[in-house]
Amino acid sequence: MASIHLRDVWKRFGATEVIKGVSLDFDDGEFVVLVGPSGCGKSTLLNLIAGLETLSSGTIRIGDKVVDDVPPKDRNIAMVFQSYALYPTKTVRDNITFGMVTRRVPQAVQDEALKEVSELLHIDHLLARKPGQLSGGQRQRVAMGRALVRKPDVFLFDEPLSNLDAKLRIEMRTEIKKLHLRLGQTVVYVTHDQVEAMTLASRIAVMDNGHIRQFADPATIYEEPVDLFVAGFMGSPPMNMLPGVLRRDGAPCVEVANGGAGPIRFPLAAEAATITASEGQKVVLGLRPETVFAAGSRLPGPDRFVFEATVDVIEPTGPDTMLVFAFGDTEVIARVEPDSPAKVGEAFRFEVDMGKAKLFDAASGKRLSASR
Amino acid sequence: MTTSANAGIVRRKGPGARVGRIVLFTILGLFCVYYLMPLWVVVVTSLKSLDEIRAGSLLGLPQAPSFAAWGRAWSSACVGVRCDGLAPYVWNSFAMVIPAVALSTFLGAIAGYALTKWRFPGADTIFALMLFGAFIPFQVVLLPMARVLGILDLAGSVVGLVLVHTVYGLAFTTLFFRNFFVGVSNGIVDAAKIDGAGFFSIFFRLMLPMAPPVIVVTVIWQFTQIWNDFLFGVAFTVGDSNPVTVALNNLVATSTGVKEYNVDMAAAVIAALPTLLVYVVAGKYFVRGLAAGAVKG
Repeated sequence: MASIHLRDVWKRFGATEVIKGVSLDFDDGEFVVLVGPSGCGKSTLLNLIAGLETLSSGTIRIGDKVVDDVPPKDRNIAMVFQSYALYPTKTVRDNITFGMVTRRVPQAVQDEALKEVSELLHIDHLLARKPGQLSGGQRQRVAMGRALVRKPDVFLFDEPLSNLDAKLRIEMRTEIKKLHLRLGQTVVYVTHDQVEAMTLASRIAVMDNGHIRQFADPATIYEEPVDLFVAGFMGSPPMNMLPGVLRRDGAPCVEVANGGAGPIRFPLAAEAATITASEGQKVVLGLRPETVFAAGSRLPGPDRFVFEATVDVIEPTGPDTMLVFAFGDTEVIARVEPDSPAKVGEAFRFEVDMGKAKLFDAASGKRLSASR
Repeated sequence: MTTSANAGIVRRKGPGARVGRIVLFTILGLFCVYYLMPLWVVVVTSLKSLDEIRAGSLLGLPQAPSFAAWGRAWSSACVGVRCDGLAPYVWNSFAMVIPAVALSTFLGAIAGYALTKWRFPGADTIFALMLFGAFIPFQVVLLPMARVLGILDLAGSVVGLVLVHTVYGLAFTTLFFRNFFVGVSNGIVDAAKIDGAGFFSIFFRLMLPMAPPVIVVTVIWQFTQIWNDFLFGVAFTVGDSNPVTVALNNLVATSTGVKEYNVDMAAAVIAALPTLLVYVVAGKYFVRGLAAGAVKG
């Protein structure tokens, strides 16, 4: 059991700066997900915590111990790799016990730990096989078993599910969450899949280009993104971003250009109207697809705005149907009921919940928050 | 492997296709005969008596096949002034080739592993320089090597020859192993580091057990190169420490009395037999390993 503390962590490879001054504190027993696009430095940050990379500057503490100069084997961590990194010439049993053999753990203790872990992960019938004879899901379990058997303070996961097919990925995701609830160790989990991040994390750190953009619990990340990057990265389909201009002549609203049809004015909800932004300021109106729906299809509520647009594309997904239309050059996705009567090329009445709309400054990309 | 992969492919049918195939296989057959002819001549001549050889018919089967010439070549033919046959020189060659192959393969394996899995600044430069060694002609290193052997007091000995072949072989063995290990996931090494294993522990317990295909390739390559080497053997050994290739040359060149073609031929086959055997026994691994290296490198 251990907390993890990163202070001003920098990592450079030659002239390339990969991690640019990251400071984070992970609580004991927390499930932290590092998420970001490929190349954002999330795997490097994980390797720094593991000790597989050396810090350029800054300091890392695991528990109350500074580990900057501690080799990986002495950090009491365990890691699960994207490629599983099983030892191909060893049996499942030897894969799991390799670490204990290296550490000269007594045979009886090894057997006990092996039994416990293999039963927990339901791989006890596979112990005599080689990794090459296992399916992807089984390899994943063995890789987790190899990590679990150490009873580490900290678990590090490097995109552990990205090599699995979609169905297995969801199964293993649930299983990892169950394991964490049961064992309660600190977990740092790297992924580029925002769904994985939302479902697993107790807190999410959104990374971009070596910086932490936002570090908060999933609901806050989703509902209160600090900037356009976080807002655009989290959520599928992604948030609709409508460039517009703030108007304060009359009720505060965002004026969005709509090609030849003339601009549409989205009235701001009461709270959003108090933002500190001036008349004429360029803003981006962020509307999540699920806040744009067929007019009248939900119970009436405050801050609703109805408008009409021509449907360009219809994408049924089963439980929902996505309707794609455009404001000027900007494509907008709305999430409607699957039995929606919308037809391609015809006008359709949409309703938007402006209470859930987010406003961003177009120049800085920062969220414009209400002054309370 | 490749034949079974294409076995089901649809081919053109009809008389034209048949004629084409007949022509193709005739040409292939002619090439086979052309390539096998020298071996045939060598083997049948070694089994003939001298009288029969003088009677002509280079290609004909021996009328009374006899291994007498083989016996002479092995144990009593004259090599220079010594008339003990090739046997002592064959043992010389084994005494040279076994330690040289083992050493160069082992060192190449460690070097290839270190260059790919324990990256350090300048690793690529070092590898490029080692690779350079593979392209240096033998003749260029003769004089400097002779000087080094003189300083080490190894001139004219089998041990000296082992050293020469080990050093010269490193460029190739490192190349083979580097190309193999570069395809091995770095995650395995990272996982092993977290599991507490060190440089040699990872090498012996994880990397070497994965490497048999490339070990076979390297051993065959090195064995063939070192066994067949003539230049280093003739330059760095004298008389009794000659490897079999040099002794074969001396045996054929020894000109006392009648020229015994059958003994010469038998001696040639004896000298070539070990590499042929290695090829026959492990040849399929050789091709497989080369192909694997090509894909992964």
